[in-house]
Order: sequence, then C-alpha cells, then structure tokens
Amino acid sequence: MSTPATAEALPASPPAASRLRPHAWWRRLAALGESTPASVGVVIVLAWVALALLAPLIAPYPPNANDMAALAHTTPSRAHWLGTDQLGRDLFSRILWGARPVLIIAPLAVLGAAALGSLLGLVGGYYGRWIDLVITRACDIVLSFPVIILYMIILAHVGSSAWNIVGVLTLTKAPIIARIVRGMTLDLREREYVAAAKMRGESALYIMLVEILPNARGPLVVDMCLRTGYNVIIIGSLGFLGIGLPPPDPDWGGMVKDTYGMMMVWPHMALFPCAAISSLVVGFNLLAVGLRELGLRD
Amino acid sequence: MARFFAKHLLFLLFTLLVVSFLVFTLNEFSPGAVARKILGAYATQEQVDVLTKQMGLDRPVLVRYVEYLGGLASGDLGYSARFKLPVREVIFKHLANTVLLAAIAFACIVPLSTLLGVVAGMRESSRVDRVILMFSTVVASIPEFALGVFLASVFVVWLGWLPGTATLVAGGGWSVAAQLVLPVTVVVLFDSGYVVSMIRASMVEVMQRPYIRTAVLKGLPFRAVILRHALRNAMLTPITVIMLQINYLVAGVVVVETVFAYPGFGRMILEAALFKDIALIEAGALVAVFLAVLTNILGDIAYVLLDPRIRA
Repeated sequence: MSTPATAEALPASPPAASRLRPHAWWRRLAALGESTPASVGVVIVLAWVALALLAPLIAPYPPNANDMAALAHTTPSRAHWLGTDQLGRDLFSRILWGARPVLIIAPLAVLGAAALGSLLGLVGGYYGRWIDLVITRACDIVLSFPVIILYMIILAHVGSSAWNIVGVLTLTKAPIIARIVRGMTLDLREREYVAAAKMRGESALYIMLVEILPNARGPLVVDMCLRTGYNVIIIGSLGFLGIGLPPPDPDWGGMVKDTYGMMMVWPHMALFPCAAISSLVVGFNLLAVGLRELGLRD
Repeated sequence: MARFFAKHLLFLLFTLLVVSFLVFTLNEFSPGAVARKILGAYATQEQVDVLTKQMGLDRPVLVRYVEYLGGLASGDLGYSARFKLPVREVIFKHLANTVLLAAIAFACIVPLSTLLGVVAGMRESSRVDRVILMFSTVVASIPEFALGVFLASVFVVWLGWLPGTATLVAGGGWSVAAQLVLPVTVVVLFDSGYVVSMIRASMVEVMQRPYIRTAVLKGLPFRAVILRHALRNAMLTPITVIMLQINYLVAGVVVVETVFAYPGFGRMILEAALFKDIALIEAGALVAVFLAVLTNILGDIAYVLLDPRIRA
C-alpha cells in the first residue's frame, strides 16, 4: 500500500493516472524514504504482502494439517518454529496463510468505501441543497451507530463470509470518506477551472470525476491508509468474537479466540497471532503518519 | 439556544425512528423465521406455524412495527428469549456494568490524553513530540484483544499480579477492583492513542496562529502562553472527538468485555445476536443509537460552551 496505490484507488481519474509516467511513481516511492515513519511502515506492509504471497512456498506445513506427535510439546521447537496450536497445527504456517484473507479483505473494503464515499461526497457537495442534506443525514445516521454493534447485528443475520465482511466494512466506512470528499468539493467547486469546464459544456459527471476528484486525492490517500489499518483491526476483532471468517482456514482473530483461554498453560498460541496482526496495523498507521508529514511539508 | 436544542432533539427522534425501523425490518425479514428462532431447529413446522399465528407474526411488517413503537412508548421493550427475563431488566443490568467500566476509563482517558497531546503538540517535531506521536500511533494500532492478550500474558501469566477475568463477582481471592484493572487499562490505552493524536494535531495548528506568536513576543512565559492562550483553543476541535469516545466506551467495548468475560452491554448484544434473541437485539440497538446521538449532541454543546463566538 505505497503511493502507487492511488492509481488503483481512484480508477475514476484516468487523466491523472496516465499523466504520471512510471518513473514518476518511483520518485514518489523514493520520497517516502524522507520520512522515517513512512519508510518503516512501507517495509512492514510490504514484508507482510510478500509473506502472504509466498505463503505456499515458505510455509513449512499445510495450514490445516494436524501434527499429533507435536501435541506433546506445542511450544516453539526446531520442527515448529513458532510451536503448534491446541490441535497440533503449525502456528508459523497458519500465521502466514492467515495474512492472505486480511490483506485481501481490508484493502478491498477500503477501495469499495472510497468509491462509494467519493461518489456520495461529490454528488452531495456539488449539487448541494436537498440532495446534500439527504446524503449528509444518512451518513450521520450510519456514523452514529457504534460500528462493531452494527457488524454484529448484520453478520448475525446474514451469516459470516468474506464477501459479507467486505460489504459491511464498505457501507460503514463510506460515510467517513463521503464527509471528507464533500468538504473538499464544497471548496473546489468554486474554483476557476471548474467554472471553465462548465463553460465548455462538460457534463456534471465529468466535472466531478475529472476536475474535482483528483484534487481531493491527498487527504484521501492518508485516510485510506488509516482505514485499511482500522479494517484489519475490525476483521481481527470479528474473528475474535467468533463472527468473522468461517473456520477452519487460518484467521488471526479466530486463532486468538480459540487459544486465549489456554494462556495460563500455552501463552504462545495466542501471543504470536496477536503480534502478527498488531505489526500489520502498526505498518499501515505509520505509513499514514508518514504520508501526512510528507504532505504537510510540500 | 432553544432553537439549537429543538433542532438536535428532532434529529435524535428522527434517527431513532429510522434505525428502529431498519433493525426491525432486518430482524423480521422472513415471517416464519422469528418463531423458528424461538422454538429451535427441532420444532416441527406445525409448532412453528402455531406460534407464528399466536404472536401475530403473519401480519404485515408495517402493522407490527407500529405496534412495536406503541409498546416502546409505554416502556415495554419485549421479552428476552435468551435470558428469559423482560428485556428492560436485562439491558439495564448489563448497561450499568458497562457504565462502570466506561466511567473509570473516561476519567483516565481525558486527563491523560490532554496532557500527552498538549505536551506533544506545543513543540512540533521536538524529540518529546516524536516519542509521544510514535507511542500513540503504536498503541492505537494494537487491536483490543491483542492488547488484552499482551497485558494478560505479563500481569496474569508471568507475574500473577492480576486476575485474567473480570466477572464482577469477587471470587478466587480477587476483589472487584483488581478485576477491573486490566479491562480499564486496555480500553484506556487503545482509546487514548487515538485521542492523543487528535489533540496533538489541534495543538500543532493552534501554535502556528499569530496570537500565539504575539504572546511569545510580548515576553509571556511559555507556560502562561500554553495554559492561558493555547490550551482552550486547542481543545475546541477535539472536544467533539472526546465526547464521541463515550459512545465507543459504552457500546463499542465488546471485544474487551469478551476478552475478560466482563458482563457488559456489548457482550450482551453479541450473545443476543448469536442467539438470535430479536427483542433484545432491537432494544440494544436502540439504546446504542440513543447513546450515540446523545453524545453527538453533548459534543456540540461542549463545543458551544468552549467557543464564545458561537454562544452569542
């Protein structure tokens, strides 16, 4: 989730994407090195992405294979670097495989929220009047609902699956993005270049997507980094509450849920997945802190 | 001021109405489902049909919704199938427990994060600022359950100083006060990370204002500049954020409550959701939204009180 993600994040701005030549992206990536938090964040996030991609090659065992012989000594050993869980499954392999669903669902939900939220914010901010009022009020209502309770109610009714989690995360995060984009649109729609586009007879959709949205990019990217981190926390928490991804495939939150009751005997079973999820979120949040710093310096 | 309150009160009622309708329709999506959920998987279809008729569940959703609203107005929240008690009793018992946790946590979060936020923000990019910023970023990045596991592994498993559960029943040689230490610490750490960064950002912005430079150039001691000129203005933006934390503390602490087996409001809703205890979910959702909108209004009021320009 380094800067190039903007290209995927805002597919609605083709000129901005094509204007930037490949080496411009490299310059931007290199610029991240100027901020210590940003570079640490990028390294952590990229490391997890690499581990998740290479899981089939690195993981010493299949994630759901039980090693009954290891149950006598579940603690870390040469055969099982991080030990095994209560069913004799290799923790290192499960943590590697567990990175995959998180790294797919969290960014996917952020992209969904960014698309939906940008659209709502643009329409509300651009047209104003009653459309704006309806959108703002609807967003307020969704935002006033304690997020985790909303998940519990919805997921308890429609059951839990990766797609449902993406859907719920998208719906509940979109209002925040909408608020940011709306605020910027209110300001940007008064600019000369918007007036010029109107004089040219461009359609409202063109003005919103091509003239206004690309200029709201900066704060959006920082916010999307933060949202990805929060999404990782929520996906983990849902797993921990037992309403996340269905077992038996490894899911960090679910791994903690199954084993934290045994902490007095085997603390490592809960500690390692906790360390994994914490480090990933720290990565995303450091990246956000760094991007904000870099943005302020310009 | 009267208009201000009337407008907010109207919005509160409107939100409650919309949310109650949404949750109601979501819960009662399929007419047979409610009776099936109450009777369980082993009841025959006949039994389900009889109960559906008895409870009047075969009538249109809208009619039943209006009836439900009538019940709410007279204080009847329904009957909890999970706890076999009137919903009102269940909710208030759990809510009281969570309010205890939330009140202690809030009393720690506000002074702690104000202190850290102001100290960090008064000299941007100083070493102290970097340390506090990193601390708050990292602490806010650790999910509550992971924070709970980390702290428990040190203070419960390794040192044995504190109990690992907080059931609020003094037992196993641990007092209720000792039981509260870990849940409160987890909530305070996780939440202050976020609040500190908000206060810091606001403080940084205020310190760049001309009136602060004037105060410094006038020769005022730095302490007086901070306390008398910067602090009040720096708290304007974060005060709404701080008020919103009440909302998180009461309704959003499900995870912490689950980690420490704390008999609170969030865990009650989780249980209700898993058990499909519809009356309890509906009432719980309403209470949660009521709290959410109320804290929003409190935030607005606090903002008005701090900013004399709006008060007029």
